Amino acid sequence: MNETTNGMRPAVELAGVVKRFGDRSGTEVTAVDHVDLTITDGEFFSLLGPSGCGKTTTLRMVAGLELPTAGSIRIHGEEMGLRPPNKRPVNTVFQSYALFPHMTVAANVGFGLEMRKVPQSERRELVDWAIELVEMGSMAHRKPTQLSGGQQQRVALARALVNRPEVLLLDEPLGALDLKLRHQMQHELKNLQREVGITFVYVTHDQEEAVTMSDRIGVMHDGKLLQVDTPEAIYERPTTRFVADFIGQTNFLEATVAGADEVVLANGDRLRLASDHDAGSAVAVTVRPERLTVHRRGEAPTDRHTVDGRVETVTYLGNAVIYGIGVDWMHLEVRCPATLAGDRREVGDDITVSFEPEHAAVVTG
Amino acid sequence: MSKGVAKSTAEPMGASRWLLRGHSAAVFAFFYAPIIVLCVFSFNDSNAVGNWNGFTLDWYGDLFSNKNIKSSIWVSVKVCVFSTLIAVVLGTAAALALERFRWWGQKAFDAVLYLPIIIPDVTMAVMMLVFFSETASWFNWIPGLNLQDGLEKLVFSHVAFNISFVSVVVRARLANLDASMEEAASDLYASRWQTFRRVTLPQIMPGVIGGALMAVTISLDDVVVSSFVSAVGGTPLSVYVFGMLRKGVTPLVNSVSVVMLAASMAFVVASLLISRASGSESEER
Repeated sequence: MNETTNGMRPAVELAGVVKRFGDRSGTEVTAVDHVDLTITDGEFFSLLGPSGCGKTTTLRMVAGLELPTAGSIRIHGEEMGLRPPNKRPVNTVFQSYALFPHMTVAANVGFGLEMRKVPQSERRELVDWAIELVEMGSMAHRKPTQLSGGQQQRVALARALVNRPEVLLLDEPLGALDLKLRHQMQHELKNLQREVGITFVYVTHDQEEAVTMSDRIGVMHDGKLLQVDTPEAIYERPTTRFVADFIGQTNFLEATVAGADEVVLANGDRLRLASDHDAGSAVAVTVRPERLTVHRRGEAPTDRHTVDGRVETVTYLGNAVIYGIGVDWMHLEVRCPATLAGDRREVGDDITVSFEPEHAAVVTG
Repeated sequence: MSKGVAKSTAEPMGASRWLLRGHSAAVFAFFYAPIIVLCVFSFNDSNAVGNWNGFTLDWYGDLFSNKNIKSSIWVSVKVCVFSTLIAVVLGTAAALALERFRWWGQKAFDAVLYLPIIIPDVTMAVMMLVFFSETASWFNWIPGLNLQDGLEKLVFSHVAFNISFVSVVVRARLANLDASMEEAASDLYASRWQTFRRVTLPQIMPGVIGGALMAVTISLDDVVVSSFVSAVGGTPLSVYVFGMLRKGVTPLVNSVSVVMLAASMAFVVASLLISRASGSESEER
């Protein structure tokens, strides 16, 4: 157990990590493209991205199941280099669980301890602790094939956690579960992580899952790590168009940077928005649908940014109303809390859409 | 294993029903009538195979007192055991190499590995004969190995074709094995050998045993290759029986055949039992 000694050092450091896969025809695919990342000790970190973005490859390189083409991977300051997986202080929960079907639950959980030659009495104690931790006490003598998907998931977790790894790597562990079980397991995983205090590195393509569980999220796309931030910052202040679009619904207003704190929208309107891009570079202003407000034309407060438009569609969702707004140069979506029918705007109404400056973000790409 | 396959309980009616039953009966007769005849006539108290003269166990007595038959059975057993052991180890290793790794020349090796299954026995036999007569002396420097000796030639030539059969069977099993299970083992501090010993091998065991049983049967069965490479005084049973036929068919041949048949059936039943044992395990999924 390694609580205090390693506490100050980052759990995982990736520096300039590249992974290229070559196939037989000689074409090379860059799966992971110069990733720099520091994961703090004890945090719940998620790597989020669509399939094929390199997040699983990144995780597998930390585990030692793939070796990087270039770059350095350190775990609590120690260079991993070419170290094989069985010599690394990490354990993995695999997407397919990868339980050993010819062993009982208890034997599965005890496998890592057995390989490390932990004495039998101590091993039994630890196995019992881990099986209780995931609430599988009554199933210890079953074979994995006699368990449901959710139960297999718990065994896979126990099998990894029993070794008290310095870092636990989880590769889409909830992917195979149905929605309801997935929600339940999300909470359990988060609680478990708090309880054991081990750094979790969690790979997922499900943005909701990442936002719910993580302390920080790294969004990956095409092998590149685009943004690393808290869930709130990722949602509210995305820096690239991909991140803004991948995490939830959003609107993009095409714009050009005019100065350090001003952008010009495609229709010529000027907005006071800070960005660190050079003047003249093409950007987009992104605003979430729920951050936009619809007013009768001309009734918008003057301290808010405004865009004039016309209602094109009205979709009633019960707890919300979605307005599709046509602006002469683009289309916007606005999500409002549901109001009574009389208070609602109708298709064809001339309106003004407004938003707070701090709810808009300037993105590139 | 047969999960999700619904079997119809609506059987065909009328004439087609009787036609199908007749067909089944004919197929069974075709398969088993010769076997029954063989068994019955091995108890025939006559020197001629064709005429039934009453019941006797003499031929079985002859069989077990015949020095030549006993020594050829002994040759067969030795060749079979050694060639199977070697072929199982090498065939399993070949299956692992092809299924789990990517390397230069893999496709060529893959194709060449299955040649012994495809090429005719006679070709294989001639190849072996020429190979041993040309090169046997090259291997004399290896202590304890004498490829001029009939028994060792038999073992090596049987290994040569049995590797293919073993690797085909093991590979089929290996292909269905989730590779992430081996990754999980190495993630849980197991060395490569421990991973193989504790995770891979137990799960491909039905394939390994199936391959071994196949190698045993093929080795016991082989006449063509064995008759080309066996030396005088070191003939395996199959070759000896073939030789007996040239001297005329006596019920002794029948009794030898029944013993061989019983041995093969014992192997088949064993392999069925093993595959059923591992099958019921996977049905619990």
